[in-house]
Amino acid sequence: MDAEFFQPFGLSIKLAVCATVILLIVGIPVAYFLTYSRFRLKTVLQSLISMPLVLPPSVLGFYLLVAFSPNYWFGKTLRDWLDVQLPFSFAGILVASIIFNLPFMVNSIQAGFQNLPQSLRDASYTLGKSSWQTLTKVLLPNIKPALLTGICLTFAHTIGEFGVILMIGGNIPGKTRVASIAVYDEVQALNFDKANQYALFLFIFSFLILLLIYSINKEYMKWRKV
Amino acid sequence: MIQLELKKAIHTTDGNQILDIAFEVPKNGLITLFGKSGVGKTTLLRMIAGLLTPESGRIQVGNEVWFDSAKKINVKPQKRNIGFVFQDYALFPNMTVKQHLLFAQKEKSSEQADELLEIFHLTGLTERKPQTLSGGQMQRLAVARALARKPEVLLLDEPLSALDEETRRLLQDEIIQAHQKIGSTTILVSHDRAEVIRLSDRIYRIEAGIIVASGTADEFFGLDSQERKFTAQVVEVTEQGAVILVNGEKIAIKNTEADISPKIGDCVIVTLNDIGIHLP
Repeated sequence: MDAEFFQPFGLSIKLAVCATVILLIVGIPVAYFLTYSRFRLKTVLQSLISMPLVLPPSVLGFYLLVAFSPNYWFGKTLRDWLDVQLPFSFAGILVASIIFNLPFMVNSIQAGFQNLPQSLRDASYTLGKSSWQTLTKVLLPNIKPALLTGICLTFAHTIGEFGVILMIGGNIPGKTRVASIAVYDEVQALNFDKANQYALFLFIFSFLILLLIYSINKEYMKWRKV
Repeated sequence: MIQLELKKAIHTTDGNQILDIAFEVPKNGLITLFGKSGVGKTTLLRMIAGLLTPESGRIQVGNEVWFDSAKKINVKPQKRNIGFVFQDYALFPNMTVKQHLLFAQKEKSSEQADELLEIFHLTGLTERKPQTLSGGQMQRLAVARALARKPEVLLLDEPLSALDEETRRLLQDEIIQAHQKIGSTTILVSHDRAEVIRLSDRIYRIEAGIIVASGTADEFFGLDSQERKFTAQVVEVTEQGAVILVNGEKIAIKNTEADISPKIGDCVIVTLNDIGIHLP
């Protein structure tokens, strides 16, 4: 096992860290909006955000590839204005991962908000606190397990992503060839031994992440009861 | 002084109703909204706090107008100088007892927080989180937190309903003390007769969305002002005492006279403060 062998893992982890950090920043306001606003088309927005849960990754990947393509408006604007080309690049698979994982982050945080008694928010308002103070001092500190679940799920799920990345990023070593793609690539090349090593690493890694989520949540529940 | 006049359609267990209420509370007064569950008492408090918007009406506190549908004024809850004690206390699980008070204060003052903790007998519990407190302690903290910002108006939504009789009496005393010290104009929602009599200057009874009666405790319950005794018929005999009928409502009472055992149909004299029964 050499440096080349570990490169896809490094890339997977870099992708997962970037996607998780960005999704945490994006996910909190989106989840807040979905929980507390009285916007009429909220259900439509909620359904759109959850689409990646049910849509085949190839469909999502296909549409994103079309959108990112310089032949169409969005991709053209990105290229002409920002000199960014998303297809077959790390930035491309990062944007795709963010869209693909949005429901995992948003739904976890939203569940956290919904499980808090409505009166906590009311109480904070009646104490003269603004929406921002209420969010940062009252709501977020009380949904830590939900935040943690969102973070871990997003992270683990990004590591395990395959279809969308293959569609958008292809299989470029050092750029878009993440661990899950490497398994596929080695199988295609009939290198079953190497495929097995990648697969085993991913298997153990995913298991450890889930073990971490459940242990932390269990500890937290104990702590809350004390 | 609070002047208030509000209308709002509400959904109750008896179907849809129009809540149509108007009353005044003198400065530093303590009034009670009395009535069965689901008649709109909590809705009314929430409208005063600004957590719910009435369909029409006006709320004025002192010289400030908090709500006026005609002039399209609706001051945000954050800008209304209120203290609200919620029925479920709404304590913040992430904060300790002391942090609750510091969070609530307009200007952080550790000494003032300690003073409040002392009035409410919470001094030994400053570093505890609410989930480790007893029901009575949580209730004390909820009231202390509401008072920490020195509100002009204090709103209490059935604050003692979840507590046992003894704790309840202790807390009633503490509320009276705190009210005298801080002097917020107070509106209490309750359906507990004894509590209403002990605490309030004036009582408003709400039924089906409107005020059907008002008066001082004595006028209201038709009690002898000196002794607070009245006569009622026993409709059921229980282990502890009896169930009596007052104004068409059934109330369970304790028998404090060991040698007397009331029977169904007996007329008894009830002393409200003692919660005892005496056969005539």
